[in-house]
Amino acid sequence: MHELIEMLISAGPVVADGAWGTQMQQRGLSVGACPDAWNLERPDKVEEVARAYVQAGSQVILTNTFGANRFVLARYNLAEKVVEINRAGVEISRRAADGQAKVFASIGPSGMMLMTDEVSEADLRAAFLEQARAMADAGADAIVVETMSDPAEAKLAVAAAKQTGLPVVGCMVFDSGKNKDRTMMGATPEQAAEQLLDAGADVIGSNCGQGIAGFVGICRRLKAATDRPVWIKANAGMPEVVEGETVYTQMPEEFAQYVLQLVEAGAQFIGGCCGTSPAFIAAVRKKLQG
Amino acid sequence: MSDPSELYEAILHGDARKAEAVTKAALEAKVDPSELLQKQMIPAMDEVGKRFECNEYFVPELLIAARAMKTSLELITPLLAEAGAEPAGRVVIGTVQGDLHDIGKNLVASMLEGGGFQVVDLGVDVSPEKFIEAAKQKEGTILALSALLTTTMTMMKAVIEALEKEGIRDKAKVIIGGAPITQQYADEIGADGYSDNASAAVALARKLAG
Repeated sequence: MHELIEMLISAGPVVADGAWGTQMQQRGLSVGACPDAWNLERPDKVEEVARAYVQAGSQVILTNTFGANRFVLARYNLAEKVVEINRAGVEISRRAADGQAKVFASIGPSGMMLMTDEVSEADLRAAFLEQARAMADAGADAIVVETMSDPAEAKLAVAAAKQTGLPVVGCMVFDSGKNKDRTMMGATPEQAAEQLLDAGADVIGSNCGQGIAGFVGICRRLKAATDRPVWIKANAGMPEVVEGETVYTQMPEEFAQYVLQLVEAGAQFIGGCCGTSPAFIAAVRKKLQG
Repeated sequence: MSDPSELYEAILHGDARKAEAVTKAALEAKVDPSELLQKQMIPAMDEVGKRFECNEYFVPELLIAARAMKTSLELITPLLAEAGAEPAGRVVIGTVQGDLHDIGKNLVASMLEGGGFQVVDLGVDVSPEKFIEAAKQKEGTILALSALLTTTMTMMKAVIEALEKEGIRDKAKVIIGGAPITQQYADEIGADGYSDNASAAVALARKLAG
């Protein structure tokens, strides 16, 4: 096991962070704007979000670089800023962490489909490598490949991230099938685990796609498929519409009620995805500290 | 000649090359194209949909089946048009303003094409005005709106309001979908339908077009 990962989990389950997008919107990021570009335009606001998670008790924080790959940035005409945006993202999180938390830099999907030949494996690999190298150069402690729906793309991203020498977390979204235990491409947790491990992931996991209740079973199956640690970042239930606004109605305490079940199922990194906030992380931390 | 029922199998298993060969052979043997469509192709896509619903098929199988279907459709559509046959309906599809995600939208578009619909794809970040303009081009158009983000899904309501403002709400149908969308939301904004997957979207469009 990578020594950083070993060190982190040696004292028990590790608390990660929660959602960033909604936190930035509360600070003025407009709908339709490129969230990652805020690393250059409003680094102060991004740092506020990161700092709020550190203060809430995150031992691991991510970076505002989820969409900072060449393909997603191209949709905002920012493809030439990949290195700059990723570097700034890691620097912001490092400043906020200030030695109290580790910085796991976030790589999200490209938004392109390999199977329809929209993009080639070589181009995807190159794009992920470009992003991962920028993160490593800026001093990230680890890389998280997250919210992946296609195991083939996840595998390329994990393998590219591994080339930096940093430890890598690989996570998939299980949101398909009757029991919500398949990825969009139909992969089971066992199949996804095999692919992620094959690509060299140091930690495997799942994020997004469903509320925290559904993650207990997925976590158990991922854990049974590997001797590596498991990473879980769940949504705060499903969004509901209240007076014309889309909101996640789950409360931090409700969310945190599942934390011990997740630990029992083998989770060693626990955080939140869509709909969660620093209050959720504080509740998770509290639960873990008993 | 090859047996037209091989076309059913070719589409069901997503074998585009075989679908093309069997379609060509059947047309050379003067098999009625509309019979091919009604008896082989559409039933094959229906079966694909059923298998998807019961988790036997997932997105990769949907995609290759739709691709095989499209290959055959491209061969028979000109002949159907000559014979005066109409497509199953016209769908104008797009991801709403402020949202750049298109994987789900593209899937729905290819399944609708496979279902015999004429599909006009407006792409991503589509303004309500563009949807309205496209709806005006033909009465009975189905507007299919996609959104991945909770922050952009509210643009769906804006499209419906724009239709109302133009006084053409009854001239078009609106269907919606995407990760954060629910039936509750569809009801709330007054959409004509919601489906949670690409296969069910075809059944929904058929119901609304019919």
